[in-house]
Amino acid sequence: MEINSDGRMRAITDTSFYKNQTRIALRNCGLINPEVIEEYIANDGYMALAKALTEMTPQEVIDEVLASGLRGRGGGGFPTGRKWQFAADAKGDIKYVVCNADEGDPGAFMDRSVLEGDPHSLLEAMTLAGYAIGAQEGYIYVRAEYPIAVKRLNLAISQARERGLLGKNIFGTDFSFDLFLRLGSGAFVCGEETALLASIEGKRGEPRPRPPFPANKGLWGKPTIINNVETYANIPVILLKGADWFGKIGTEKSKGTKVFAIGGKINNTGLVEIAMGTPLKEVIYDIGGGIPNGKKFKAVQTGGPSGGCIPAELLDMPIEYDTLIQAGSMMGSGGMIVMDEDNCMVDIAKFFLSFTQEESCGKCPPCRIGTKRMLEILDRITKGEGKEGDIELLESLAKSIKASALCGLGQTAPNPVLSTIRYFRDEYEAHIKEKRCPAGSCKALIHYEIIADKCKGCGLCAKVCPVGAISGEKKQPHVIDKEKCIKCNSCFDRCRFDAIRKY
Amino acid sequence: MAVINTMEELKKVRDKAKAALNMEGEANKTRIVVGLGTCGIASGAGHTMKAIEDELKKRNVENVELELTGCIGFCEFEPLVDIIRPNQPKVTYIKVDEEKARQIVEKHVINNEIIDEWIVPNI
Repeated sequence: MEINSDGRMRAITDTSFYKNQTRIALRNCGLINPEVIEEYIANDGYMALAKALTEMTPQEVIDEVLASGLRGRGGGGFPTGRKWQFAADAKGDIKYVVCNADEGDPGAFMDRSVLEGDPHSLLEAMTLAGYAIGAQEGYIYVRAEYPIAVKRLNLAISQARERGLLGKNIFGTDFSFDLFLRLGSGAFVCGEETALLASIEGKRGEPRPRPPFPANKGLWGKPTIINNVETYANIPVILLKGADWFGKIGTEKSKGTKVFAIGGKINNTGLVEIAMGTPLKEVIYDIGGGIPNGKKFKAVQTGGPSGGCIPAELLDMPIEYDTLIQAGSMMGSGGMIVMDEDNCMVDIAKFFLSFTQEESCGKCPPCRIGTKRMLEILDRITKGEGKEGDIELLESLAKSIKASALCGLGQTAPNPVLSTIRYFRDEYEAHIKEKRCPAGSCKALIHYEIIADKCKGCGLCAKVCPVGAISGEKKQPHVIDKEKCIKCNSCFDRCRFDAIRKY
Repeated sequence: MAVINTMEELKKVRDKAKAALNMEGEANKTRIVVGLGTCGIASGAGHTMKAIEDELKKRNVENVELELTGCIGFCEFEPLVDIIRPNQPKVTYIKVDEEKARQIVEKHVINNEIIDEWIVPNI
């Protein structure tokens, strides 16, 4: 890593980390003061709203969003303009605009960044959506675990009201619109749109079958559009710069950019926004800075608990909605967890499945019971108690759950298991048939041994062993008592002579 | 704050805010911007902010605007502090703890000495 010793001044906006990005949704994040409305306005904030309200009809706004090709950034990737058209066409005087800010995927924090760093862009976009579909009110459903986001949203709303950008007769027109916050209590399932709407209504956050879709019967039974934070954050720019400009970024079927939260075994943990179609490799190596400690890249998990693991041989793949799905994963909200050779893929699948299993609301049996059974099998495999036929059983359970669960949470829950079986079947087989964890990560399956030829008898391992499992005379090869060993890896880390073997 | 009723009024507010951000006609002004997203705060940016505030007060530094901003995506290197001056390139310091913050005020803001070692690396 090169530090400026040449004395040249440098700002974060000059680094290749920043310059390799295309920032639309994050255009103001980290650059403006989110608590001062004038700083948003200084960067053309609320200009799109002024333009739409004074120069465009609601249908023209929808047409622009349709033409841009913008697709939902929260998971499913449904075309945003079509959603808006359905709600605009739905009959009724009262309609609602809802923002899904219930970001819950482990390791995903892009929505939080927008809420904390640029709350007015969300307010402007939701007001535009209200104008487009004919709504008078909107709700932002944000998790209570994001206290700074909640504080800045409240501040932004009150500033927008003072400036007349929310409330009655915005920009002197007869369009009136206001926004309210609703705080979620951290149930993952409330990120599912029908559960989210139920939660806003004060009911238990449980999904319901669709149709009817929210565009026809949403909040309190009225036509409702619901988009996520990142989707909305694109809207003001699309209206200001035009659908043609937006359409030039990205690929034919995936327009624009996507924000990813990169974490795990990667040098530059953080948040990046890249043009759709950028190869995975570029994100991980050029922007993310590669894998730390000279380790080998093994896989990248995208799409959170609903997504899957993409192996090294697919690193050249361009990032698009459809390529990710073909690879057995999905765009999801944009979590990207990088794994190296020390990660056991069976254990990774178990981690994600235990998350969805715990967050399953319990309404439908495939998700409630199915994910539990799958988790039990994975647990057995990682403990060395796997049986012949377990992989096939997992696959068959996964297939049934995907086909029969009530909502997106259950339908996608088996993805981490299916994608790891698809690309790392040999690891599953090693656990089941040879009772061996190739990554050396599953504790029940690894053993430690001292190689007598290499051991100098320095005694360091015996000193760091927390359970006194290592013994031996000074300057003589030591031995590990396997009965006592708790596999904490301390001796392995400390030995200076590579005399400890992990197998 | 006055209500904005037309596109013209919005443009006026925009131009005025832009001029203020660019510190037009204020050659001796400095803007210090601290990253106060959740990632920044978790790395101690709240203390960094307080230390800067305290140091500015203690040393009677005038013509400085201390502001906060959100996350720029470089979470690994938080707390980040930007020093912005008219007609000078922006400088970003990384991993700014209380001690570094006080020195940045003394060296960079008061004496115009840039502290090379703490500037963001070109990654």
